[in-house]
Amino acid sequence: MSAVVTKVQGFAQAAPAALMSRTIPDAGLRKHYRLDQLFRHVTRFFAFLVLLLLAGILLSLVIGSLPSIRAFGFGFFLTSEWNPVTEQFGALVPIVGTLVTSAIALLIGIPVSFGIALFLTELSPIWLRRPLGTAIELLAAIPSIIYGMWGLFVFAPVFATYVQPVLSSTLGAVPLVGVLFQGPPMGIGVLTAGILLAIMVIPFIASVMRDVFEIVPAVLKESAYALGSTTWEVVWNVVLPYTKVGVMGGVMLGLGRALGETMAVTFVIGNAHRLSASIMVPGNSIASALANEFTEAVGDLYLSALIELGLVLFFITFVVLALSKLLLLRLARREGRMT
Amino acid sequence: MNLYTRRLLINRFNLAVSLLTMLFGLFWLGWILFTLFKAGFGGLSARLFLEMTPPPGSDGGLLNAIAGSLLMGAAGTILGTPIGILAGIYLAEFGNRGWLAPVTLFINDILLSAPSIVIGLFIYAVYVITVGHFSAWAGTMALALIVIPVVIRTTENMLRLVPDSLREAAAALGAPQWKVITFVTVRAAKAGIITGILLAVARISGETAPLLFTALNNQFWTPNMNSPMANLPVVIFQFAMSPYEDWHKLAWAGALLITLCVLALNILARVFFQNRTATY
Repeated sequence: MSAVVTKVQGFAQAAPAALMSRTIPDAGLRKHYRLDQLFRHVTRFFAFLVLLLLAGILLSLVIGSLPSIRAFGFGFFLTSEWNPVTEQFGALVPIVGTLVTSAIALLIGIPVSFGIALFLTELSPIWLRRPLGTAIELLAAIPSIIYGMWGLFVFAPVFATYVQPVLSSTLGAVPLVGVLFQGPPMGIGVLTAGILLAIMVIPFIASVMRDVFEIVPAVLKESAYALGSTTWEVVWNVVLPYTKVGVMGGVMLGLGRALGETMAVTFVIGNAHRLSASIMVPGNSIASALANEFTEAVGDLYLSALIELGLVLFFITFVVLALSKLLLLRLARREGRMT
Repeated sequence: MNLYTRRLLINRFNLAVSLLTMLFGLFWLGWILFTLFKAGFGGLSARLFLEMTPPPGSDGGLLNAIAGSLLMGAAGTILGTPIGILAGIYLAEFGNRGWLAPVTLFINDILLSAPSIVIGLFIYAVYVITVGHFSAWAGTMALALIVIPVVIRTTENMLRLVPDSLREAAAALGAPQWKVITFVTVRAAKAGIITGILLAVARISGETAPLLFTALNNQFWTPNMNSPMANLPVVIFQFAMSPYEDWHKLAWAGALLITLCVLALNILARVFFQNRTATY
C-alpha cells in the first residue's frame, strides 16, 4: 500500500472511532467512514479465521487422541505392534515408513529437480521455457489418486519385472547396504512408494528452484562468464551458493508434500504393519494407515490411535513446511536489502 | 588431459545430464497420460454419464459419482471462495501494520501444503462425530477448507500486483477505502483472482483423502446433502482396489475424466491469466 493511503489510514486509526464519527460533520462522510470500518473488520475477521482454523485442527486432533495418549504414552512412538484385536497400538512402523518413503523421494527428487531447474533457467531456448515449465507443473496438477492407480496397475508390474530383480542381484549383493534391496520382487512396497513420491514432488522442488535461480543478478553470472567460467561452473559456483537458502526452502516444501501424500502411497506401499530392513517389501505410512483403516476402525481406542497418527503427521509436516517458509522468506529479505 | 578439456567435458556432461532430467520429468507425464488414454478412453461413452455405479459383474456408469463430485465441488467452492477473497483482501490491503497479517500469511502457506487427509480428520472430529453420520455437507466443508488457502494466496498475490498509483488516484478523487478496494483494486486484479478460483477448483476435483471420512460413498443417486454421497475420487479408489475387472474399467474411465478436467482447468487458468495481464 502506498505511503499516502497508509498515512490517511493512519490518521483515521489514530483518532478514537467514536470521536471520529462525532467530529465528521457531513452525514455522507460519516456513513462512508462507518462502512470503511465495517469493511475492515469483516475482512480482518476472515483473515483471523485462518488462524482459528489452525488452532481448531490442532485442538480437535489433540482432543481426539487423548484416550490413545493416556493409554500408550510416549511408548506409542517406540513400539511397532499394531493390533486392533488386542487394542495394542504403536506408531513406529507408519512413522518409519513415512520418513523412509519421503527420504527416498528426496534422494531421487533433489538431483532431478536441480537438473530440470538448471535446464529451464540456463539451457532451454527462450520459446521452450514456458511450455516445458508448464508441462513439469502439470505433473503437480495430476491428482494423487491417479498416480496411485497408475503406480499399482502400470508401474509396479514393470518395476517388479525389470528393475527389482536387477536391483537385488546388484545392489543386494553389496555388503551393508545390500540388506535394503533384498526381498521378492513384488512391485509394491516402500521403494515403489518412494519413487512415486519422487515423481510427485519433483514439480514442487523444481519450480521453487527455477524461481530462485531466476533472481540471481545477471551481473554476477556475467562476471563469472567473463572470467572464463563454463555454464556448469557458473551454476555450481555462483548461482547455487547465492540461492542456497531458497533451494533448501524448496527441498523442505517437497519434503512437506512427500510426508503428507496419501492416496498414491496407499495404493502401492502394501499396507503391512511390519518393520523390515529391506525397502523392497510392503510397509505402511501414516497417511495410508489413516486412509485404509479409519472408516473401518471400531472401538474408541482404535480411532483415537489413528487420530494420534494424524496429529503426529500434522505436527511433522507443520514443522517442515514452517522451516521451508522461513528459509524462503530469508532469501526474499536478503533480496530486498540488495535492491 | 589438460585442465581446459577437463572443464569443458565436465560442463558438457553435466549439461547433458540436465537435459536428461528434463526428459525424465516429461517421460512420467507422458507415460501417465498415455496409460490413462489407453485404459480409460474405451470407457468414455454415453453410458458413463447416464447410468449409476453398478454392483460387481454388471454394466453401469458413473452418473451418481459425477453428480456428487460436481455438487460437492460447487458447494465447496461457493463456500470457500468468498472467505478466501475477503481474507486475501485484508492481507493485501490492510496487512502492512500489526502482527495478524504476516502471521496469517505464514500459516496460510503452511495450510496450503498441509496433508489434506488431516483436513478430513478435522471435519470428522468436529462435524461427523457431532451429527453422528457421514454426509455430503461434511465433504463440502472439507473441500471448502482446501479451497480457502489457495484463494487467499492468489488473491493476496494479485492485489499486491495492482500499482499503488491506482489506489492513490481513487483516494485522491475522494473515494472511501472500501470503494477503492472493491471498485478499483479488486477489479484490476479480477483476472488473477479468477485464476486462483480455477486452480482451487482443479485442486479439489481430484482430492480423495479428505472425502474418505466425510462424504464417504454411496452406491445410489441421492440429492440429499445430509446423507453420504458418491463422488468420483472415492469411487475410483474403491473400484480400483477391488478385484473386479469391470470395476477397474470404470475406474480408469473415471480417472481419465478427472485428469482431463484438472489439466483443462489448469491450462485454462494459465491462458486466462496470461491474456488478461498482458493488457496492463
